[in-house]
Amino acid sequence: MIHPMKQENRDFMRHILFLGKNSKWYDRADSSELKGSFFRPNQKFCVEHAQRSNIVVDHLNVTIQDNPILKEVSVEIPDRKITCIIGPSGCGKSTLLKSLNRLLDMNEDVHISGSVLVDGEELYAPDVEITHIRRKMGLLSQRPCPLPMSIYDNIAYGCRIHGIRNRKKLNMIVRYYLQAVGLWDEVKDRLHTPASRMSIGQQQRLCLARGLAVEPHFILADEATSALDPISSKTIEDLFLKLKEEYAIVLVTHTLRQALRIADYVIFMYMGEIVEAGPAEQIFKNPRQELTQKYLTGVFS
Amino acid sequence: MMKLKFFEEKAMKGVMLITTLLVFLFVGSILYTIIRNGWRAMSWDMIFSLPGGGFYIGKEGGLLNAIVGSLYIVGASTVLGLIVSIPVVFYLNVYLKKKSKLASVARLAYDVLFGIPSIVYGAFAFTIMVYFGLKSSLAGGIIVITLLIIPIFIRSMDEIARQLPSDLLNASYSLGATRYETIRVVIRQIAPGIATATLLSIGRAIGDAAAVLFTAGYTDNIPTSLGQPAATLPLAVFFQLSSPIPAVQERAYAAALILTILVLILSILGRIITNRFSKNRIQ
Repeated sequence: MIHPMKQENRDFMRHILFLGKNSKWYDRADSSELKGSFFRPNQKFCVEHAQRSNIVVDHLNVTIQDNPILKEVSVEIPDRKITCIIGPSGCGKSTLLKSLNRLLDMNEDVHISGSVLVDGEELYAPDVEITHIRRKMGLLSQRPCPLPMSIYDNIAYGCRIHGIRNRKKLNMIVRYYLQAVGLWDEVKDRLHTPASRMSIGQQQRLCLARGLAVEPHFILADEATSALDPISSKTIEDLFLKLKEEYAIVLVTHTLRQALRIADYVIFMYMGEIVEAGPAEQIFKNPRQELTQKYLTGVFS
Repeated sequence: MMKLKFFEEKAMKGVMLITTLLVFLFVGSILYTIIRNGWRAMSWDMIFSLPGGGFYIGKEGGLLNAIVGSLYIVGASTVLGLIVSIPVVFYLNVYLKKKSKLASVARLAYDVLFGIPSIVYGAFAFTIMVYFGLKSSLAGGIIVITLLIIPIFIRSMDEIARQLPSDLLNASYSLGATRYETIRVVIRQIAPGIATATLLSIGRAIGDAAAVLFTAGYTDNIPTSLGQPAATLPLAVFFQLSSPIPAVQERAYAAALILTILVLILSILGRIITNRFSKNRIQ
């Protein structure tokens, strides 16, 4: 069987699906010259990204109903790493995450100033084509939220929106991403049953697969394991550890131990401000700020 | 001695049981009256043939004109009503923000429309038809019934659509869908609401006599074009019941029985469709 996590198999699948690493495969899925290049072994199949994808948040201020939620937040989110945002409840972790794909300003009474650059593109520019940026950001919410359709359609939904109608191709995409999250063997016999009948852990993995199917560069996870049982959480964490080879993962978490287990970078927030940010080892072993130390040792939480 | 709160518990439980049973009693006695009075006049002829004489005398023949007329009007106005109200519900709940002024004004307007009695709709439509020199016709009936059921559609779909989980919308947006593309998700999620709304609307539309009195008119024939008048079952009941002749009154009860059976069939169909559509729903 094709194992989705082995690099050579991933490349193989990408060739079949005419995907390039981080290239916009839906834009070129029907181009015939791709087929040509596919059969020329010496030629590079896809254009590598000149620069790695990243997010740069610069002096971001968010007020909701005149309460400042984020104050002058500046941070950079690295590619192909797991960045954990930690901090006590109400410190603005989730707000920061939501402001990264502009789901925040769909609510009323939200004022945002500052800038967020996604791969060099200003997210809060007035004329930005937001769907194109949101597609780059897979979102995994706290409670799994499958779409009200079958398992198959859940994955195919995003692809259909981006113009893939070919049944064969959709079948392959669905199978590929269900394998990628380890769901294929569990659900292959009931792909056309409602997604809401799956267990909650399976639903969360389905949501992950659904997000991955539109080929994002980032995965934004908002306490993605807090509603799950320990075994499902472990599965999701393991998936993150594998996925970070290809994606930048931003994970808001409430459990310090989870951050300890999987974080490469840690952002510690308190009262809407970033207190400290840096490599996980440094933050956990010798935090520079007293506040961070207090939080880590459990003086407050 | 029995403690007061246990007595209270028992008494209230009894009251609840009695009121629940009372509802059965109502349904039973209505059905009993209609069946007892209408049964003798019921025959296949009553369902499958046109009236033989004038509808006030109605010695022979059936009610096919009214059955077909009612189905025409209900079918067409349900489709038209859905076409108008789904975009409204979608706009109110997906495009407008929760505290939007427009949304609250619109909801108030639909509430007002919801409360207007159907005779007022009939009178309103009649005025307009007189102004344009139109005669009572199938088209007039369809339009006024559509107007009548649009508020019902909107109200009952809106109730469901307001409970749309924002996570669900966000999930769709974060895949890169526009608000309009999200309609596929919204429709599936509120499908049970749409089905319930349709049932309510059909029930109201098929049973309404006042609105069609002036607009659709009455006839012994099946209308072959939108410009011709159309008979309806509620009016068949109304006209025949007001006759002094017992045989004609029996025909009125037969018409009522047919009307009830039609509503029953439509409700069961609606129930089946609802179950089919709501299996995908996210709780």
